Amino acid sequence: MESKINRYSKQLILINSFFILAWLIISVFPFIWTFWGSFKVKADFFSRADWMFAVTGVNTLIETGDTSTVKAYVESWTEGEFWKATMNTIIITVSVVTISLFLGTLGAYALSRSTYKYTFWILIAALIFRAMPHITLVSGYLFPFFQLNVWGILPTTIIVLVAINQPFTLWLLYSFFKTVPKELDESALIDGCSYFQAFRFVIMPVMWPGVVTAGLFSMMLAYNDFTVTSLLLNQQNYTMVPKINAYLGTIEHSGNYMWAVSSVVSATAPLFMIIMFFQRQLISGLTAGAVKG
Amino acid sequence: MPHRTFFWFFFPSGLAMLLFIGLPIISSFFQSLHIEPEQILMEVEKCDPFGCKTETKVDIEATTKLQEEQPLGRFNGLGTYGDRNHLAFDEIKEAWTNSSSIAEFTDILLNLPFYKALLFTLTFCFAVTPPVVVLGFIVALSVNTITKSLKGPTIFGVILPMIVTPLIGSLVLFWMIDAKGILGSFIQFLFDDPNLSLKSSSQLTWITLIIYGIWHNTPFAFVVFYAALQTVPQDPIEAAIIDGASRYERVRHIVIPHLYPVATFIILICLMDNFRVLEPIIGFAAEGVAQSLSWMIYNDLRSENKMLFGSAGATSMLTIIGVAILLTPVLIRTWREFRTER
Repeated sequence: MESKINRYSKQLILINSFFILAWLIISVFPFIWTFWGSFKVKADFFSRADWMFAVTGVNTLIETGDTSTVKAYVESWTEGEFWKATMNTIIITVSVVTISLFLGTLGAYALSRSTYKYTFWILIAALIFRAMPHITLVSGYLFPFFQLNVWGILPTTIIVLVAINQPFTLWLLYSFFKTVPKELDESALIDGCSYFQAFRFVIMPVMWPGVVTAGLFSMMLAYNDFTVTSLLLNQQNYTMVPKINAYLGTIEHSGNYMWAVSSVVSATAPLFMIIMFFQRQLISGLTAGAVKG
Repeated sequence: MPHRTFFWFFFPSGLAMLLFIGLPIISSFFQSLHIEPEQILMEVEKCDPFGCKTETKVDIEATTKLQEEQPLGRFNGLGTYGDRNHLAFDEIKEAWTNSSSIAEFTDILLNLPFYKALLFTLTFCFAVTPPVVVLGFIVALSVNTITKSLKGPTIFGVILPMIVTPLIGSLVLFWMIDAKGILGSFIQFLFDDPNLSLKSSSQLTWITLIIYGIWHNTPFAFVVFYAALQTVPQDPIEAAIIDGASRYERVRHIVIPHLYPVATFIILICLMDNFRVLEPIIGFAAEGVAQSLSWMIYNDLRSENKMLFGSAGATSMLTIIGVAILLTPVLIRTWREFRTER
């Protein structure tokens, strides 16, 4: 409800549009630049002579006979085995999202419906766990995992990521379930349902908005993780992010460097698409709880 | 909800957290009390036609046997915490007695690995957070005024830097500020110095990392402020308009006080998240001049054949203490909120 006297003056609108435009350029331009550059050869993307080469692709024309090339993509996906990293990322992301939502909804529902004091301490503990830097946890995992011989494989990483993700999921879904009226499941309990039946038949149909938000954050955590995946997986099982880092380890080979550039684009594109669809849920999630993923 | 039902609902989630967050912290602590076994040396007498010599050699068999018996190494108590790579008590004592001025002492102190990393981590935290809060607020105010149909795409553009993982975000910027990249050559052109590179000096690298941190964290502050702006009450604003308050005065005296609690929340989350800074250092290849506490742990664990579990554990414990100090205000706030809810 904007009142008439609260109209913006022309100068203000002008300054404002200019500022927003500048800020959008700062946030978006690096990605556009990388996307464009990924179709060039290294001599253009990092051109010593003239930065315009990256736009026009002079060296790309000389080297490949066209002003843009998909060579880096083809090579990184085949020779660089990026397809394998992509598969691993998909396996890890899907499993982490499914398992952590399953555990999280049950736990958060119980936390939101219990009136005992220990729920508070559990939530505080979750908050403390949420604040732990992941690398300190990884330093605790490595030794036992080596001893148990479960280091380097996907299932271990999935369980670890689920656990790391739990505190945030719990907080998010807890604040969501708090907004679902208690009367809904209480009436089901009076009608003779067990708690589990009430959850299954009354709560489950109405919990999807909260679950989508929580799922989105679990997905971003699993998809984006570097600390856990790079130290807990062996080279063959690397997901996309550690794989990109591994390409950089061999900087001197100029081909490999462009693999990293093209892989960055391959890894970011799906994420951006998903966020574009679920932007509303993402923002509601960020503002809902007292924590962030 | 009865205890029994609660237990079964919460059990899987609780077990996962206990096993993979609670236990690792204890395991880290346990590791930090041990140190990698020393190699067992033996003296071998070697005789050749020109005489006999005794040589010291590593007894591989005995070393492997010892490693199998004590995979964690030998017990070292709190020794690792005090060694040169951590709190470095001896080095500090020595520096304190030997150095002639405070400046010299600080210089020695800040060249010890742990204190160097602590300095960078804290500088990063406290240099990134204030600009993030201010910029996030301005962008939120600004986006709030634009036409409704443009809001969706604008918000999407603004939050992009937050969505990508820090490693990818820093790589994308790193390639641009490379001396041969677009921003790098632009800066060279601006200062008319063809040899200028942001990677060349440690100050410039720190500044680059901090700018990256601001770029990455502002969207989060923006989103939270933007949501909070929607809840600003309209009545006082209208009253202020009638009383003749200018736009600036309205923002200063009505909107900002309304957003104070949100701002403290953003500050604390920002400090906590930036305290664990690791990926930007790897992305910007800045290990040489900027090490953080997380990077120290990462570095101890990176090499596949000789991982320094003890050292990593000790740094982890010290990092956790740092997080705990930062976390106290959040905990107090949550406790108060929870009490008023009841």
